[in-house]
Amino acid sequence: MAEKIFMKGCEAVAETAVRAGCRFFAGYPITPQNDVPEYFARRMPEVNGVFIQGESEVASSNMAYGAAAAGVRSMTSSSSCGISLKSEAISWMAGANLPVVIANFQRGGPGIGTIQPAQQDYLQATHASGNGGFRMLVLSPMNLQEAVDMTWQAFELADKYSKPVMLLMDGFTGTMMEPVELPEPLSEEEVAAIRASKTWAARGKHGGPQHKVMCGPGLDTRISQEQMNERDAELYESWKTTEVEYEDYMTGDAEIVLTAYGITGRIAKSAVKLLRAEGIRAGLIRPKKVYPFPDAAYEKLPLEKLRGIVSAEMSIPAQFAEDVERVVHGRTRIVTALSSGGEVLDRAAILDAARSLMK
Amino acid sequence: MMEKVYSRPAGIFEGAVTGFCPGCMHSSVCKIICEVLDELGQLDNACYVQGVGCCGLAVTYFDMDTVAAPHGRACAIASSFKRCSPETLVFTYQGDGDLAAIGLAETMSAANRGENFTVIFVNNGIYGMTGGQMAPTTLLGAKTTTTPFGRDEREHGAPMHMCELLNQLDAPAYIARVTAADVPNAKKARAAVKKAFQYQLEGKGFSFVEFVSNCPTNWGMSPLESLDHVHNVILKEFPLGEFRAK
Ligand SMILES: Cc1ncc(C[n+]2csc(CCOP(=O)(O)OP(=O)(O)O)c2C)c(N)n1
Ligand code: SF4
Ligand SMILES: [Mg+2]
Repeated sequence: MAEKIFMKGCEAVAETAVRAGCRFFAGYPITPQNDVPEYFARRMPEVNGVFIQGESEVASSNMAYGAAAAGVRSMTSSSSCGISLKSEAISWMAGANLPVVIANFQRGGPGIGTIQPAQQDYLQATHASGNGGFRMLVLSPMNLQEAVDMTWQAFELADKYSKPVMLLMDGFTGTMMEPVELPEPLSEEEVAAIRASKTWAARGKHGGPQHKVMCGPGLDTRISQEQMNERDAELYESWKTTEVEYEDYMTGDAEIVLTAYGITGRIAKSAVKLLRAEGIRAGLIRPKKVYPFPDAAYEKLPLEKLRGIVSAEMSIPAQFAEDVERVVHGRTRIVTALSSGGEVLDRAAILDAARSLMK
Repeated sequence: MMEKVYSRPAGIFEGAVTGFCPGCMHSSVCKIICEVLDELGQLDNACYVQGVGCCGLAVTYFDMDTVAAPHGRACAIASSFKRCSPETLVFTYQGDGDLAAIGLAETMSAANRGENFTVIFVNNGIYGMTGGQMAPTTLLGAKTTTTPFGRDEREHGAPMHMCELLNQLDAPAYIARVTAADVPNAKKARAAVKKAFQYQLEGKGFSFVEFVSNCPTNWGMSPLESLDHVHNVILKEFPLGEFRAK
């Protein structure tokens, strides 16, 4: 077993990315994720990778697009209002079938909001990260070991589907420190083999067929935008069976189910045992991927028999709770525990919400 | 036997159906690029990044690798692409709205970093693709669909001169303004494009060739009138020449 090292979230993500064969990163400074570009700036030269500080989030995300078009495992990161600027390139990545990993260390919003941790970008991440109605796999870790594992997984998934993948974190998981076990790095041969396997990547024809990285059909009359969108819609639909990932914690005999994702999922998890000590049979559903949403996790609960669900998130108005409501569809009560604007959700708010359901 | 003195250059699709309007200089620019790449033996090793605008129509011409860029972002994409593929000859193909308005930051920043790729900039003084709106390069007094009373310096600013602007930066290695509006100038343009690509192949850094071009369709002129207009009016505002050759 590899030894555990004590790392900051941003750096653990960046180091894992390098180990997963990421050889291009571009970013633009924004709190609370400055440690990501700063780490890559030091680290990329050691592995013959490329780091560029872009002139904006618009430029840096398009740079990540350009590197992916060359077949290189590529990444960009930002926080909230910076992600809005990246939405142009993210939409193009989806349209051009380019694998790129995008990390969002969420801060307050709307607009410039606050620099403190938040989960205000849920709907943007899961429903519309750019124009055109595309969907993305969105992974959200609750601790740094999960952040490491999900970073690795994000690169695998991006390549598997040739699509952008988002790592949805927050100012907390980005800046806190925890012991993590890092994966063994891919060898240079493995990194080269991954690049070589992307036979669609542009590189010059070199006696072969033309490589065209286009977003949409362009002027190609052999395929229509509708056909391309239908193909993508099938893919997104298939994710609902192949890519759902969640943690089910002690829901077996539960009368109350807490549900939350990311760092809030961790706070909620710690509330489960406290509630049980009070004699309240609590359980937890924690989506690890927030897209596709784990409908099945809620469907298999005895919803009609529950006293209710507590949906917790660091967003006002609630966003994640809308997806929970969509699935539960009136079959049990849902109460929310919310915070916003940099206030970390107090576990007491979750406990109080759960107790209110016992009345 | 008759001697073949002229043919379609390699690098342009056989039987290509052009999307460009009749008399548009875009076709001449595409042809020059292919001739030079062929001469340098680089057709098979080239990748161009398409801007959005009529330059995007080059996709019906160029039989070589390509990456499509969002409007204005070609220089950002070419920067990362080239750094990840230093062996590939990389050029962007961009219009004036693309390069000098929405993409100004990407253009200036890539130039300032001295990125080792080539920009082919087609300055037709207008937004051709979207139907003739004012571009950053539109001449003062010129009527466009968004300057119906003529471009007014106090309201719209004066035309932007990209070669001159770029010439303020330390990093760029090669900067030239050319035109293909007549045969002698087309020959000079060919030489400039060749030099720009050679600079890139030698790893000298950012190279930039601006073509003063035309847009007969949106200028409301016949092709010949538009060429006269280039000679008599546009070139007075946009003088030709090599601004820098490091
Ligand atoms: C983000 C975005 N904004 C606007 C457009 C619409 N658009 C397409 S082409 C173009 C202008 C192109 O003008 P120019 O770059 O001068 O190229 P030309 O057609 O004149 O060669 C615009 C504004 C777009 N495609 N994307
Ligand atoms: S609209 Fe103007 S620039 Fe575009 S192809 Fe026609 S003439 Fe050329
Ligand atoms: Mg134009």
